[in-house]
Amino acid sequence: MSDAATRDDLVSLLKDWTAAAARLTQGEQIGADGAVDGPPLAPPEDTGEALGLPASGLTLTFGFGPALFETSDGTDRFGIASRRPDALQPLPRFAGDALEPAYTGGDLCVQACADDPQVAVHAIRNLSRIAFGRADLRWSQLGFGRTSSTSTSQVTARNLFGFKDGTANLKAEDASLVDEHVWVQRADGPDWLVDGSYLVARKIRMIIEVWDRQALQEQERVIGRSKGEGAPLSGGTEFTALDFTKKDANGAPLIDPRAHVRLAHPDRNHGVRLLRRGYNFVDGNDELGRLNAGLFFLSFQRSPEDFVAVQRSLASDAMAEYIKHVGSAVFAIPPGARRGSFVGAGLFA
Amino acid sequence: MSSRLVPVSVVLGAAVLALTGCVANHPSGGSSSALKVEIADDSCAVSSHTAKAGTVSFALSNTGSDVNEFEIYADDKLRIVGEKENVTPGQSVSYVAQLEPGTYYTACKFQMVGAPVGLAKFTVTGKATEASASDKAREKQAVTNYVSYIKSQVGELLPATQTFADAYKSGDDDKARSLFASTRVFYERIEPTAEQFGDLDPKIDYREVDAAADGIDWTGFHRIEKDLWPPAADALNSDGTSATQNWAPSTPEQRAQFADDLVANVQKLHDLVTDPSFTVTLADISNGAIGLLDEVATSKISGEEDWWSGTDLSDFAANVQGAEVAYGNVRDIAESKGSAGKKLVGRIDKQFSALDALLGTYGSIDSGFVNYREVDDAARKELSDQVNALAEPLSQLTHTVLGVKE
Repeated sequence: MSDAATRDDLVSLLKDWTAAAARLTQGEQIGADGAVDGPPLAPPEDTGEALGLPASGLTLTFGFGPALFETSDGTDRFGIASRRPDALQPLPRFAGDALEPAYTGGDLCVQACADDPQVAVHAIRNLSRIAFGRADLRWSQLGFGRTSSTSTSQVTARNLFGFKDGTANLKAEDASLVDEHVWVQRADGPDWLVDGSYLVARKIRMIIEVWDRQALQEQERVIGRSKGEGAPLSGGTEFTALDFTKKDANGAPLIDPRAHVRLAHPDRNHGVRLLRRGYNFVDGNDELGRLNAGLFFLSFQRSPEDFVAVQRSLASDAMAEYIKHVGSAVFAIPPGARRGSFVGAGLFA
Repeated sequence: MSSRLVPVSVVLGAAVLALTGCVANHPSGGSSSALKVEIADDSCAVSSHTAKAGTVSFALSNTGSDVNEFEIYADDKLRIVGEKENVTPGQSVSYVAQLEPGTYYTACKFQMVGAPVGLAKFTVTGKATEASASDKAREKQAVTNYVSYIKSQVGELLPATQTFADAYKSGDDDKARSLFASTRVFYERIEPTAEQFGDLDPKIDYREVDAAADGIDWTGFHRIEKDLWPPAADALNSDGTSATQNWAPSTPEQRAQFADDLVANVQKLHDLVTDPSFTVTLADISNGAIGLLDEVATSKISGEEDWWSGTDLSDFAANVQGAEVAYGNVRDIAESKGSAGKKLVGRIDKQFSALDALLGTYGSIDSGFVNYREVDDAARKELSDQVNALAEPLSQLTHTVLGVKE
């Protein structure tokens, strides 16, 4: 939010965003006149690059960061500090964090997902424009190639390490698991967030040039799965359960003690499961001529503490050598808006 | 400064009134007697510093040695709301202005160029006039006042440029450096107007990289700037090329040439805007306000404008002031366009104040600004955010002023 923004500005922004989102997700343009039917002397209401494109499965997800409720120096800018969920705290520092302020934090977030990146960018661009004067763009990330399947109807996609990512992800079809691990329940509170969730965003740079020079066997050891099939190194096919006890002829565990799948597994984390919804990114190259590539990790969970637990387990992750967490943010995601209402209305009721 | 083409709006041959900011020269019965304005070469004494709202009469007499003019400025001391030009020595003439309640400043301008003389606060009290002027009258007034403002800025630019160029030419670099930003302010406030005159802006205000790209001789303020703030041997131009590539410090002969050219080109600009045929359209005014903000958003925010002197914030502030004046001239028209017009004016007013306040934390045009190289990326983003916050509603101004029926 802008420095001078008031509670009214915040509410009006959420209303304007909701109205715009309702149109965008139907494949419609912003405003009654859209990109080309407005008066000739005024800038068009819609920026126009999605003209002629379908809705492309666009979804828009809005979230509220800890600082929206209370700044680090304790200022309650919008009169909502008392409505802050206890669980919504800035993430602690993790081993290996190399966070850059330019990709960290934020009062509000918008995630736009679509089958066509042009449609997603159109949404972000227009929502940013609507916000000028009330909120400013702090950071943004364009991703491609969903890295975690979120439905049993999807083939497991690969991340930029070349491995299948999301084999064991929560799937939309597992309704009771999603209730258990993703949606905030009434008992969790606060009331305005019930049926909502928490989003953790981590911009993870991959040192892919180094990774690419690792032997296949080493790559598979780091992950704990085969690169082709995605099967556990303990045997079977992609969806076979991991067996951490299985050993090779020399008595060494088939799935390395520091393998990523072992450390992140629910069995190692008191049953915690995250709904991952991340994307690959390549932001050109860095000054050393390396592709500025990685994984934009996004996970939805019933409490940020679930993510914290898994991330702490990953402190000794063999993969840590090839990645660097450069961006981080956490947001409370209010439940969807009802017709005639707006996103986050419960927070201001 | 921009290489963007701007529609030319000089209307040649049209009948344009030189007399401005006034109503019929016979005040209605109820009006009190005229205020006396004693004009001399170095003073401008008005017999009272207050008046009642409505028609205000002034009796001007010029006891000085040369032609003079009387001006009434809005409370920003920039926007002209009324003026009487061409008051010759020994002449007594009456002048009537229509003034709403508010704070104004009166001043004279010896020889009709240079800085205002005898600037004094003038307060108008009472009730705002209820019967609003017709659209046509309001539009005519806006154009008249904006043309007066352009003339007053170029009128100040001319002698300031002469002094600056003289210092540079004579090798008094300290003095020239101290005058660089303050001289440019008059130009930056009316930049979109100067850009209408084809090749003048490139000659006066082109940056080295643009001149090189366009294949024209590099002259003007920025050529002089690089002599005054000479680059270190390993310094780079804004496009990353070596600062010394195709460049060497000017010889005294070259300095004389650049100085004379600059003055001559500013003189040309002055001739053009003081020509009786010079005018602007209402769209020029509101698009000028938008254009000035675009200038800020593209070349000032990035620090490319005053690459060697680091005086970008002064240009920035002058662009914003220029936009504010242009907006001020059409504000009433926009406000009269129903609830949407009122709402737009409210948004623009609010964001202008916020931008002025933010700029104020870096200095002022009168006292100078911090060097833009000392403004870090986070601070530049804050400035950019505020420019966006203003530019978004401001971009609706032309449509509201011209395209919306009352």
